Amino acid sequence: MLAVLIILPLLGALTTWLIPSDRLRPVALSAFALGHLGTTIQLLICTPAESPGGWFHLDALGKIVLLSTTVLFMFCAIYSIGYLAYRVERSNRVFCSSLLICLAAASTVTITHHLGLMWVALETTTISMTPLIYFKRNARSIEATWKYLLICSVGVALALIGLYFLAYATIVAHVEPSLLLDDLLSDAGKLSSGWVHAAFVFLLVGFGTKMGLAPLHTWKPDAYGESPGMVGAMLAGGLVNLAFLALLRVYQLCMATKEIAFFQNALVAMGLISMIFAAIFMARQADFKRMLAYSSVEHVGIMAVALGLGGKAVFGALFHIMANSLTKGVLFLSSGNIHRSYNSKKTDHVRGAIRRLPWSGSIFLAGFIAITGSPPFAPFISEFTIVSSAFIQGRYIVASLFLVSLGIIFIGMALTVLPMVMGDPPSDSETTLYKDTLWTVGPPLSLLLLIFLLGVWIPAPLMDILSEGASLLEVKQ
Amino acid sequence: MITIADQLLVLVLLINFVVLGTSRLIFSIRAVAVQGVILGVLPALIHPFSWHLVGIISMILVTKGVVIPMMLSRAMRSAEIKREAEPYLGYVPTLLLGAVFTALSFGFAGKLPMLAEHQNYIFVPASMATLMAGFLILTTRRKAISQVIGYLVLENGIFIFGLLLADAMPIMVEAGALLDLLVGTFVMGIVINYISREFASLDTSRLTSLKEE
Repeated sequence: MLAVLIILPLLGALTTWLIPSDRLRPVALSAFALGHLGTTIQLLICTPAESPGGWFHLDALGKIVLLSTTVLFMFCAIYSIGYLAYRVERSNRVFCSSLLICLAAASTVTITHHLGLMWVALETTTISMTPLIYFKRNARSIEATWKYLLICSVGVALALIGLYFLAYATIVAHVEPSLLLDDLLSDAGKLSSGWVHAAFVFLLVGFGTKMGLAPLHTWKPDAYGESPGMVGAMLAGGLVNLAFLALLRVYQLCMATKEIAFFQNALVAMGLISMIFAAIFMARQADFKRMLAYSSVEHVGIMAVALGLGGKAVFGALFHIMANSLTKGVLFLSSGNIHRSYNSKKTDHVRGAIRRLPWSGSIFLAGFIAITGSPPFAPFISEFTIVSSAFIQGRYIVASLFLVSLGIIFIGMALTVLPMVMGDPPSDSETTLYKDTLWTVGPPLSLLLLIFLLGVWIPAPLMDILSEGASLLEVKQ
Repeated sequence: MITIADQLLVLVLLINFVVLGTSRLIFSIRAVAVQGVILGVLPALIHPFSWHLVGIISMILVTKGVVIPMMLSRAMRSAEIKREAEPYLGYVPTLLLGAVFTALSFGFAGKLPMLAEHQNYIFVPASMATLMAGFLILTTRRKAISQVIGYLVLENGIFIFGLLLADAMPIMVEAGALLDLLVGTFVMGIVINYISREFASLDTSRLTSLKEE
């Protein structure tokens, strides 16, 4: 049953490759995305047992990431019907196929417990996103693509040597050599600490690069800024979570090998650095897509800090996976609409978006309110859980740095977003053919409703998955 | 057998310095291909015969020795460049840094516990030194092709370490990792073509329009 999650998108990739019509392809993409969502929900309701050999196992952590990825993907796929209709001048064959290959690889990351296979799938997501970042075919996007491909490939390669170190630690300890998570967890006590320590450093740097934690985030503003809005949404709301899931696996191993204090401190430090970096670069940002990229740096920072704090904050981190990914969907999709309407992503040119695009402008504004952690949206719940947990644990310095960064980011983002959406559109601004339609407004609006819903009420089944996930990551003293 | 394997690893280390010290791109590409072939032969010397091993070796020889060098020299020809003109850091300083990193790798490896049968090999220091050499090439060179070469050297370094694990890694995972490397390099080759078309040069230092003001 789990195999459907991988085979279905691969079939979809093949189908979209074979379909000759540029108009039909996004429709097929949406159909396969819907099928994937349906399969996911069914698997969440009745989860199959671990596969023989232990390679595939959908546990609570995998479920959280899988669910947020597939929901976001589904809305992005529907959005693509409207979006690609504006891009008729070039073929979208590679675009649709790559997206589905990426979905198949992403599903593999979430359901596998074999760290080697997880690595292969993670690298596949990196490569399959490359043609999407270059979709606009100009000098700026080729620069972004090059940076993204090279930095992420090198980062993930460093993670591979971390995995090799782990495998060697099992050989040195004279236990059955294996990269299966469950084997490693049960043998963790016997592993040689020198190798394990070195492994964790490489894994943190490697997956941290892919996730975009500062100071390893340099590819992020370029890649997010130059790619189409829906690709930005998939990068910021999907791929980031996969790398975070990989870090969660490393975290589980750290818990079992008693290296957890070191790993937690590193996570808190990198997380806070990310938030401070984001706060600095977000202020006076002249390009609203780059601003969203720094917001993504901020939010991976939040997740890292939360994981590093442990305790109740871990629940916040897991909930933030969903909250962040859906909210990034709202922001990137609506900002894509604004970008298309003004044919510019410079904040000097984009003014009065609510006048010009009442729907997209208001959704973007609401998305900004949500992402900065204001009630009643989902990110508020997760961020509040994290801050209160920090105070309960007596980590006052971490908590105050966290809050100060959030405050500065709120002001910095407001200074960019409010002039963009409020006021009158400049009279000399370029007029384009773009108008808000159901296809381009529906997906971000639905995502907005979802994060509103999750902000006021978390359904019981979801709550169970989140608590189960948090209990997997509970550090026992 | 041990001595042959170790001598081959010393050769791998020397190739690192060849790539660090040369400005001719075709020479670097060939040197990395030779390095790949050596890495392909190595497993045969340290592991007993098995079909699994034959599969891995032939995959390595074909990808690292033939396919990737061919793709790179094609990209080089189509971009019409022959030399790394002016690296960010000169050749002598990079060579010196490479030597320092190699020495450090031996120190690092000495600190870690090894299995008795691997004790006499220099696998770990060779792996770390090659990794660092790749990193140096990546960060100090301007041309996109040189950066890909750096990435390949870095991957070779990781690969040397992987040789110690041939029993632990299932063939599917190993094949997957190799395939990812192949596709990754292939995509990089395509991107290089676009860069040269867009900028009429492969100088990544011209890729600066996205700098933060």
